[in-house]
Amino acid sequence: MAQDQALFEYLLRLGDNTLVLGHRVSEWCGHSPVLEEDIALANTALDLIGQTQLWLGLAGEVEGKGRDADTLAMLRDIWDFRNLLLVELPNGDFGQTLMRQFLFDAWQSINLGRLMNSTDPRIAEIAAKASKEAAYHVERSGDTVVGLGDGTDESHARMQKALDYLWPYVGEMFLSDDVDATLVKAGIAPDPASLRDDYDALIGRVMDSATLTIPDSRFTHKGGKTGKTHTEHLGHVLTSMQWLQRAYPGASW
Amino acid sequence: MYAQMVKTAGSGVKSPEEMTPEERDFQDRIDRGEKIEPKDWMPDDYRKTLIRQIGQHAHSEIVGQLPEGNWITRAPTLERKAILLAKVQDEAGHGLYLYCAAETLGVTRDDLTEDLLAGRMKYSSIFNYPTLNWADMGAVGWLVDGAAIINQVALQRTSYGPYSRAMVRICKEESFHARQGFHIMMKMAKGTPEQKRMAQDALNRLWFPALMMFGPSDKDSVHTAQSMAWRIKMDTNDELRQKFVDQTVPQIEYLGLELPDPGITLNKDTGHYSYADPDWSEFFDVIKGNGPCNVDRLAARNKAWDDGKWVRDGLMAHAKKKAAAKTAAE
Repeated sequence: MAQDQALFEYLLRLGDNTLVLGHRVSEWCGHSPVLEEDIALANTALDLIGQTQLWLGLAGEVEGKGRDADTLAMLRDIWDFRNLLLVELPNGDFGQTLMRQFLFDAWQSINLGRLMNSTDPRIAEIAAKASKEAAYHVERSGDTVVGLGDGTDESHARMQKALDYLWPYVGEMFLSDDVDATLVKAGIAPDPASLRDDYDALIGRVMDSATLTIPDSRFTHKGGKTGKTHTEHLGHVLTSMQWLQRAYPGASW
Repeated sequence: MYAQMVKTAGSGVKSPEEMTPEERDFQDRIDRGEKIEPKDWMPDDYRKTLIRQIGQHAHSEIVGQLPEGNWITRAPTLERKAILLAKVQDEAGHGLYLYCAAETLGVTRDDLTEDLLAGRMKYSSIFNYPTLNWADMGAVGWLVDGAAIINQVALQRTSYGPYSRAMVRICKEESFHARQGFHIMMKMAKGTPEQKRMAQDALNRLWFPALMMFGPSDKDSVHTAQSMAWRIKMDTNDELRQKFVDQTVPQIEYLGLELPDPGITLNKDTGHYSYADPDWSEFFDVIKGNGPCNVDRLAARNKAWDDGKWVRDGLMAHAKKKAAAKTAAE
């Protein structure tokens, strides 16, 4: 696979993850359990959207066809999205949202740490900026998972249910394809499988403190990052996210 | 203005002869422009009125997240989405400062929240109007935050120290919001015919509700005198409303939009614009709970609170376990 093509695909993966998750988190605005969480969730969404602008902006540059971050976000259809299935899953209750956030943040913080050593300085620079935010995100979502897992019987049960529901979407983070192989060879991105040990160690520590049980199965749903398939949920995300740009093409906002 | 028709406690302004020595000292401090701090002596009615006013102000910030949150997932560009998120996050932060200021008067945030959710306390009438097109995100920033700033700038000089300091901080952020809102309006007003139509529609719908934010006309405002004597209300409703109209009409003209009230004219003698009053019967309907969104807004807040109970309980239980473990270890 040509390196530029692989790089473009890889940047879409990074940018679509933060775009779709940022969108999901922003759905909480004004509806969270306590005022501090309204602030924290808005802040998390804001960071993720900021990272999206950088990743998709660079993707557009690499592609060289004149598409900018907004064009990529607002005018692609579902088959061109490259995010992990995990991030497009519905918010569910607050526990499911925070569990999804933690499972993503843990991977994101490790991946960004590796990308800071990328041979592509543009990627290393964005990763350095984003990793500061990701470090804070994983600390916060991890603490909340612990607090709710080791809280009341009800909060424990809800968090275990969230983990059981989301766990089969975790394995996709560590799958490789030609895109990854091409970039690993060039030293641009890490081999996804190589992140798994650090990830399992981090998740294990937090779930242990949270008194939650990680399911035994390593079965994983897949297809989001390759674009082969998505869940039914993504189409509804795009329907609201892209509505104005689709309904009033060419307008400047 | 995020506090409207705050009922002033007490029976009205007392003459110096009717006051106790403590009340006279208190009023003298206020008249000298001193700040009253949480541990200082204050009349019960001053305390009660401030709790109502600051509480209502805080509730407005919280409920105010909803009409703007309504458009976050539909923001047309990543930058607009980020700006809107930042703005709504600021508003939640304002709510937090204000609840903290109210807590210095001896109530808890949870008490105030329960009063809001049960309908015993109010929030600004403006947030009972719907946001129907993207230009509403411009008009809310420009008109609603613009109106709020006019009131809040004055309140920076209010007599109660914690409230005054919260206002200083909030005003800085609100000015930024108003500018962002106006920027959206400029884009829309100078954009495609459809965008211009959205801008005009937003202005037409929100103009009179924005005027209502300052509360009823002075002749019908029964709470003003005592609150002004205590310097927790700095100007009358009509004075503030006039300031808002005078500031906003030239901006409407700059945008090239039609005036939402065809009767607006500049009085060359006074330098002020004359304008039509809002429909006060509509205002009182909204205050009574019959605005277009009252039921939905309160239901949304109640749902967030009820659905979040297990989260708050869980985190509290965990914090207690941690504290107990720490004590046991010591």
